[in-house]
Amino acid sequence: MRIGVLAFQGDVREHIQAIEKAGGKAMPVKRAVEISKLDGLIIPGGESTTIARFIKEEGLTEPIRAQVSSGMPIYGTCAGLIILARRVENNAVFSLKILDVEVKRNAYGRQRESFEDEIEVEGFETPYRGVFIRAPLISKVGPQVKVLARYQGKPVLVLEKNVLASTFHPELTSDDRIHRLFLSLIDGSKKS
Amino acid sequence: MEKGSYRLKTGLAEMLKGGVIMDVTNAEQAKIAEDAGAVSVMALERVPADIRAAGGVARMADPAIIEEIMGAVSIPVMAKVRIGHFVEAQILEAIGVDFIDESEVLTPADEEHHIDKHKFSVPFVCGCRNLGEALRRIGEGAAMIRTKGEAGTGNVVEAVRHMRAVMGEIRRITSLSDEEIMKVAKELQAPYELVKKVKELGRLPVVNFAAGGIATPADAALMMQLGADGVFVGSGIFKSENPPLYAKAIVEAVAHYDDPDVLARVSRRLGQPMKGLDVKVLSQEELLQVRGW
Repeated sequence: MRIGVLAFQGDVREHIQAIEKAGGKAMPVKRAVEISKLDGLIIPGGESTTIARFIKEEGLTEPIRAQVSSGMPIYGTCAGLIILARRVENNAVFSLKILDVEVKRNAYGRQRESFEDEIEVEGFETPYRGVFIRAPLISKVGPQVKVLARYQGKPVLVLEKNVLASTFHPELTSDDRIHRLFLSLIDGSKKS
Repeated sequence: MEKGSYRLKTGLAEMLKGGVIMDVTNAEQAKIAEDAGAVSVMALERVPADIRAAGGVARMADPAIIEEIMGAVSIPVMAKVRIGHFVEAQILEAIGVDFIDESEVLTPADEEHHIDKHKFSVPFVCGCRNLGEALRRIGEGAAMIRTKGEAGTGNVVEAVRHMRAVMGEIRRITSLSDEEIMKVAKELQAPYELVKKVKELGRLPVVNFAAGGIATPADAALMMQLGADGVFVGSGIFKSENPPLYAKAIVEAVAHYDDPDVLARVSRRLGQPMKGLDVKVLSQEELLQVRGW
């Protein structure tokens, strides 16, 4: 199983470690040729303006879209979610438009409004500790998007076929359940 | 709901990894930095090269200037306070700055005590010249470290010295037996628990950027290859001949720090970098790195 973490900028190491803890193996990737060989891709947390610029300038938009439309699971956290979104409020950031949601960046405010709290995730027996850092808000979801968790009524973990995204950072906790969920998507995609 | 936890503070620093944090003095420069791909900006009244030239007491910037910059960009905004000046830090926290740099670039307010950073909900970054200094700052609550270098010189030699010191000491600690940890903690004048943590992790327990004298894409990539998680560029961008070009080139150099072909491409036709200073011509009193301990 070849899992890549897009490694231009952001918390790449934490995602690689989280995948390892969940029983998989991941490596940093930056180039189109690497992406075309992957079974799964993670777009990490970081600065969405910076990561989006690299995706665009390095010509990764089409390679990522092609892989996702052929069934490769992809997971975006925070900045990664923004980059997957169909629409970013004020068109503030270039996005791949492969997840049918609208997002607002830094919707909770500046760093002093960053927070942690327990969230209920569909299919999990106990609550999950959500770490929200200058987090975006999902303001609209399309009809095909399954909301797996909400916080204060707003979606924070969503799944649309093979596209998984969270506004929080599971990679900053030692709870690997969401990375295991992503690994199970990859397992499923390889069987079908 | 919990706010201001240490995980939220160090977490924001983790999000900056692989990125460039640029010194800016107004909204226009902040936009240039953001458009070039900076992960954050440091809001200042003057860049370090001008602080050095101006002399006198260097203090926290006017909150109005910082707020103007906060209003101009969507990326996190940092600002500097004097070492030990916890009231300047309270002011920056009140206006909503995302990260505070307790910085030797400003004139220290306290020669014995650094700020008790645990008391704040906003994260702090602090400078260091070696591992002991880094761990003392982390012990006080710093959520991010940067090696000091010598700010405002455009000369990378001190940044290299400090990064090599930190990384070399980390390598030494990873080879220690458990009973040797207390002895090393004593030598480094660093908290025992943090030395132990460094041995376990094989790195600092928080993100470590390079700063102080980085002026070119090659300088930035050098610091990354020496082990930095990212770089601060102070005077290097807005004291160069073509700031937008320099800003973009340094961002690319940090993301592709291990790819000499990309480094060659982004280093071409940039125009003049900032004029550098030979650190050896500076007297002990002119060195910024010796401020703090």
